[in-house]
Amino acid sequence: MVTTQGGLRRRTVLGGVGAACLASSLGQAEPTVMLPLGGGPEARRLTTAFPEKGSMILQRMRPPLLETPFEVFDQGVFTPNDRFFVRWHWSVIPESVDAGAFRLSVRGQVNKALSLSLHDMAAFSQVELAAVNQCSGNSRGLFMPRVPGAQWGNGAMGNARWTGVRLRDVLDRAGVKAGAVQVRFNGMDAPVVPDAPDFMKSLGIDHARDGEVMIAYAMNGTQLPLLNGFPLRLIVPGWYSTYWVKMLNDIEVLDRVDDQYWMKTAYRIPDTPNGRVKPGDTGFKTVPISKMNPRSFITNLTSGQRIAAGAPAAVRGIAFGGDCGVARVDISADTGKTWHAAVLGGDEGKFGFRRWNATISVSAKGSETVMVRCTNTAGVVQPPEANWNPAGFMQNGIESLPLIAT
Amino acid sequence: MLVKLMIASLLTCFCVTPAISQTVMNFRSVKVELPTEERMFPGGDKAAAINGNCLACHSASMVLNQPPLTRAVWSAEVHKMVSAYKAPVSPQDVDAIIAYLVQTNGKP
Repeated sequence: MVTTQGGLRRRTVLGGVGAACLASSLGQAEPTVMLPLGGGPEARRLTTAFPEKGSMILQRMRPPLLETPFEVFDQGVFTPNDRFFVRWHWSVIPESVDAGAFRLSVRGQVNKALSLSLHDMAAFSQVELAAVNQCSGNSRGLFMPRVPGAQWGNGAMGNARWTGVRLRDVLDRAGVKAGAVQVRFNGMDAPVVPDAPDFMKSLGIDHARDGEVMIAYAMNGTQLPLLNGFPLRLIVPGWYSTYWVKMLNDIEVLDRVDDQYWMKTAYRIPDTPNGRVKPGDTGFKTVPISKMNPRSFITNLTSGQRIAAGAPAAVRGIAFGGDCGVARVDISADTGKTWHAAVLGGDEGKFGFRRWNATISVSAKGSETVMVRCTNTAGVVQPPEANWNPAGFMQNGIESLPLIAT
Repeated sequence: MLVKLMIASLLTCFCVTPAISQTVMNFRSVKVELPTEERMFPGGDKAAAINGNCLACHSASMVLNQPPLTRAVWSAEVHKMVSAYKAPVSPQDVDAIIAYLVQTNGKP
């Protein structure tokens, strides 16, 4: 069980008279949010300093790490572009992109190398897909024991409707040669130090040609914000965001397995069920991170919130299946002793968020813990214990939320 | 002939309908200015090595937001910056940076 649910113990200090008073009494110049990270530090600045972005939790200014404030997930099934989380590895990020001059190159083990303009991309058959984009290390700050890395709460995820073209159609235009093994994707970002490893990710050729992996030129109906990858971003439905290369401008078909740093060394998980090991374990085999696991969250209540004892209380939230759809969401209002099915909202597609709602009732006064659990269409259920591995990847333990019935 | 025309027009309708629901893109060039970080690591002279070496690649917030970590973990992080990410840090400064991190945010 994940006992410290992001966003649910938060004490948000933003906007309004009370917030201004509190901020000034603390001597703070700007609004902050408290993330429930055991052992701290919990305070984060809220920032509106980033282009095309509204209020975001500042995890790092440069290169940007911006977390979505959790209340955004209660507002709808899709995450607005201006609140969608942001994560860059290197701080050399182009601050301007000329839409007319931009070209995507397709090269390597192909019959004909391509240089595609945005106009060329728009001429391919258009496809659209709802899909969750989640950082491999979402919720890393909630790991116990804590591990180094970006100290995210639960807001390094979002759901968008992606519009673009099938990667397969682009690869077929170039003509993939026999003997192709992987396809490598590179964006326009670059390291400060020239000999540092440029950020690139690779997929197997069959995965790349499965007709679901796409190159998006629009997000929720408009062109992508620069910080989310304008003008083109790779969309790998059901897989962690590390593969969703932003500002994609280079596709290279390889005749070998990619052995560069970001595949061979970074973003590796233990080769164990759910990537789980015990703290202190060593010597396990690792593999590149890949498919997401199921998760679910309560979005309309916060930790320690008071509800009326003996009266029905509405609970709602979001769930996603990971690499497949949501089969069911169950709610427990007695710390997991008994579970009841929640009502699922509309299905926007198997890779997207699914909204759910339920009614709970706590008869006795005092503290009680509400829990939410997603089962995906492959039958995978969120585990009762929090996940753990040394890199802080793939958290999906059942979330629990302490409430007080009065 | 008439039938053929009707079929043709039906086909046209059928083909055009999905196109209407398509997202028509008029890509606009983008020019933005990303904010810069002015914050430094606190501590004066003790922070000289970390301020002098680390801020070229990332802002201080990444480090200041970390939980308390053991000397072994801090040491591994700093050495990763040098070996994997090619940060040009002298061995002397590597030691000073680790000492700063252990002193300001270490744990047993």
